[in-house]
Amino acid sequence: MTTTAASGELASGQAEASVKAGFGHLMLAEWTKIRSVRSTVWSLVIFVVGTLGLTALFCWLTVHAIQTGRAPRRSADLLADPVSFILQTGIGLGQLAICVLGALTMTTEYSTGVIRASLLAVPKRLPVLAAKCAVFAGLIFVIAEIVSLVSFFIGKAVIHPVVDVSLSQSGVARAVIGAGLYLTVLGLFALAIGALIRHSAGAIAAVIGLVLVVGPLLGLLDSYDWGRHVHDWFPTQAGEYITRIHQASDQVLTPWQGFAVFCGWTAMLLAAGAYLLRRRDA
Amino acid sequence: MIEARDLSKKFRTTLAVDHLSFTVQPGRVTGFLGPNGAGKSTTMRIILGLDHPTSGSATINGKPYAELSTPLRTVGALLEAKSVHNGRSARNHLLFLAQTQGLPSSRVDAMLDVVGLRPVANKRAGGFSLGMSQRLGVAAALLGDPQVLLLDEPVNGLDPEGVLWIRNLMKHLASQGKTVLVSSHLMNEMAVTADHLIVIGRGRLLADAPTEEVVARGSGQSVRVRTPDPVRLTELIAAEGGQVAPATATENGNGDDQAPALTVTGIPAARVGELAASASVVLHELTPQLASLEDAFLELTSDSLEFGHLDAEPVTMRPEPGRRQPEPAQSADGSVR
Repeated sequence: MTTTAASGELASGQAEASVKAGFGHLMLAEWTKIRSVRSTVWSLVIFVVGTLGLTALFCWLTVHAIQTGRAPRRSADLLADPVSFILQTGIGLGQLAICVLGALTMTTEYSTGVIRASLLAVPKRLPVLAAKCAVFAGLIFVIAEIVSLVSFFIGKAVIHPVVDVSLSQSGVARAVIGAGLYLTVLGLFALAIGALIRHSAGAIAAVIGLVLVVGPLLGLLDSYDWGRHVHDWFPTQAGEYITRIHQASDQVLTPWQGFAVFCGWTAMLLAAGAYLLRRRDA
Repeated sequence: MIEARDLSKKFRTTLAVDHLSFTVQPGRVTGFLGPNGAGKSTTMRIILGLDHPTSGSATINGKPYAELSTPLRTVGALLEAKSVHNGRSARNHLLFLAQTQGLPSSRVDAMLDVVGLRPVANKRAGGFSLGMSQRLGVAAALLGDPQVLLLDEPVNGLDPEGVLWIRNLMKHLASQGKTVLVSSHLMNEMAVTADHLIVIGRGRLLADAPTEEVVARGSGQSVRVRTPDPVRLTELIAAEGGQVAPATATENGNGDDQAPALTVTGIPAARVGELAASASVVLHELTPQLASLEDAFLELTSDSLEFGHLDAEPVTMRPEPGRRQPEPAQSADGSVR
């Protein structure tokens, strides 16, 4: 290795080319980052296989139970709102992979020290977060929409002997597409918490705690009027309404209002994360 | 050119950088020296916009780092702390950095060749040795062919071949008119690499001068003399304005010689010899002692440590006239003196 080669000057043509790097370049860079680590691939494989597999399994078990005269309560759920039943059995667990991926997408920047390289390249900082959100949301949106559509058709085929559903029925298309939207915003919600907490374990525990523990626990407050408001305005509970066909009589928000509330919470957390990204030493 | 103006950085209660001002000129290697915890890395992180200064400012070619639109094309940095994802390949690490600056991917391969990582470009960086990681860091720093380079302890943990490579690289970059600031706590490495030194201790500037000048300024040029007639020689030297002290045990050297060794400062070796000859004083030894950069460095930084020690003494123990006396209730221990 000679020192002449070591200086590595740019050829004059290269130096002239694209002197200004735009947001598109940053999105390309974030895409390189997200596709080049194994955690992305594994989380998405677990999400796709887990969601589709669990949807098929739980739908089949329930149909089998109905046909053999068992489990009257489960059969009531299935018959009352078959689309929600299909979407929630698989996605209810599959969403955890999205939560983990969302949190990790941000926290691994800190745990590996890549954040320093990222911020040296983009010292204004906010474009890094914006490009990361855009690329991550785009990736999750595409995969989540495909998964929720395929889930729906798998579930539809499995429950066909008991009840018939179709995309053309009222609210069904909204619920199926809404499930993909819910998962996309959930991923950004987890990413925002990752940006705030900056530690992988802490961020994942916080997101999963909110989604799996705190949200469902608020359902216990439904005998109070204020309790129903608290429950409905809780981010993930509000967001989930979009995946249901039938509204509960005591539901405070409509499906789209609920989704808007979820988006609002996510935007607030991202804004807080952006503020801290600017303020904190990296 | 790098300029730091009155930089200070406070972490909770500790002042890591204390009103530091300096300028790093292009065309030469500037060494940034200081003991561990002196504030070298913090200062570099402030210059690079990673840490916010408590007060003061830093600019690169006249602009704050955050205002550079494609900063990697202006500034290359190698930080001491790791900044690579263990699961990502060397090529992908460099690729995403290149993409943020609008650089073509051919540039990535060119840099992999420069640092000799081409054969392992698609291997996960987590499996790299310290030397390979450091080479990857250098490749990232040179990616945008920057005019300004900041390298934080670049030779740490490298084998002699790697040290030589980094040293030649820095000298070559400086010879092209680039600005090179390299931090180190290895004094001898800096003595052969740096043309100019910025020495800090406890976050404060101790020296900002050409390397030779820092060395010369150090313990000063001294002369070791050995004579059977120390009393006469001491008189002669004192008459010329020089100082004589018995040599310390480590300086004493030749144990066979019964004549006492003296350390003379303030007059050069040649003049000591002339004085001795004029008075017919026998000399067994006359050795000019060149202060190494290490001596100079230790002297500079020990001063700063002593300063800190004085600061740490409670003021109430030595009340000065004119200073507010301690409250009567608290003067119990003060009244002893």
